[in-house]
Amino acid sequence: MGEVVLTTLRLAGLTTVLLLILATPIAWWLSTRRAWWKEVVAAVTTLPIILPPSVLGFYLLVALAPQSPLMSLLHPFGVRTLAFTFEGLVIGSMVYSLPFAVQPIRNAFEAMGGRPMEAAATLRASPLDAFLTVALPQARRGFLTAAILVFAHTIGEFGVVLMIGGAIPGKTEVISTKIYQLVEGLQYGDAHRLAAGVVVFSFAALLAMLLIDRGWDRGLN
Amino acid sequence: MSVPQTGVAGVFRGDVGGFRLDAEFKLEPTGITALSGPSGAGKTTLLRCIAGLTRLAGRLVVGGEVWQDADRFLAPHRRPVGVVFQEASLLAHLSVRGNLLYGAKRAGGEGGLDDTVELLGLAPLMGRGVGALSGGERQRVALGRALLTRPKLLLLDEPISSLDAAAKAEILPYLERLHRTLAIPALYISHDAGEIARLADHLLLMKDGKVTPGGAVRRVVADLSGVSDAERDGLARAAIRAGLQPEA
Repeated sequence: MGEVVLTTLRLAGLTTVLLLILATPIAWWLSTRRAWWKEVVAAVTTLPIILPPSVLGFYLLVALAPQSPLMSLLHPFGVRTLAFTFEGLVIGSMVYSLPFAVQPIRNAFEAMGGRPMEAAATLRASPLDAFLTVALPQARRGFLTAAILVFAHTIGEFGVVLMIGGAIPGKTEVISTKIYQLVEGLQYGDAHRLAAGVVVFSFAALLAMLLIDRGWDRGLN
Repeated sequence: MSVPQTGVAGVFRGDVGGFRLDAEFKLEPTGITALSGPSGAGKTTLLRCIAGLTRLAGRLVVGGEVWQDADRFLAPHRRPVGVVFQEASLLAHLSVRGNLLYGAKRAGGEGGLDDTVELLGLAPLMGRGVGALSGGERQRVALGRALLTRPKLLLLDEPISSLDAAAKAEILPYLERLHRTLAIPALYISHDAGEIARLADHLLLMKDGKVTPGGAVRRVVADLSGVSDAERDGLARAAIRAGLQPEA
């Protein structure tokens, strides 16, 4: 059971780090463009919230299978397939949680507005310099919210990881799929322990997020 | 067109969100030039063009250096210009000291910090967060922050218009001190004739996107030391309403 928890935490941690890196430029782009069609991009990045995990999992499985066009690009690098691998799970989790990373960061950038960036420019900061020293620190609440939501959401995912991971013990088996398997095998005691752990963890994560948010509110005013 | 070696000369023409700017202007090498005119005349747009924050076709030469012409557009962060916005726009995640040094570090060093702190009376504020400042204090920090970037041109967009009377009275003496020590040209947008009379040396008037020279403020309002502030304001208002014709 320890192995399952470890795999889950590794998956959630890696997904969170990679997704924050990926979501930052997307959120910045969405918050600074004015064209109406940027909302098309926004809708695409939000789609995983409303798509059934089985639909998402199905398409991911197709995309990560050996004969897919995406994988054929990776064949020269010795990668044949990412289906039923831990790496595949990371990719799937990133797609699944993308909206939970993009939305809070985009909101934070939009709440900041353009003025701090203009002020920084008049203070000789290049656009990249201003982005790193003004936009990122001012949007830190958005990043914190995104990190906690993505981490918790990844721990909570079930359908996607089952379809593209196949719940292979020691490799792609995570807490949620393990609980399902334990219940199927009528091992209610172990299922209870794992399930209760997830509830406590999720509650603690959300509480931490709200408390930190509140603390920052006080600090700023 | 030859490149003037001193002062500021600029022309900007183009449309911004349905508004047409067609502005040609000159600033003297030193002294504060007030830019006045009705709301919607394009004053802030002109200031943004000078800072490079809005890009319109045109030409801008500051102290002999071309900041913009047909084939050159200096990005805002490469223009040695200090800007004070109507709302102080301090960087909320930094302290007062952090705000003052943000530009200074990028403009070549922290030299001059002590003088600026002294000039604007910022010493008691240095360690504070910017959220804990009054409106007048915020603008003083914004002004100090702009000065510390060693600008060759200072732009002020109605820096005290949103302050209440008490805060204005508190900050005006600092602006007058600045006026006496300032060795670079400054463009000061203001609606307030009293402010213009106290702070400006020259006047530009703006209407419907066009600039007309207004002449020297001092000629009209300089020798008024014997009169009250209210009277001086009244006189200045009347003079500005009459258009303050350029010197003959």
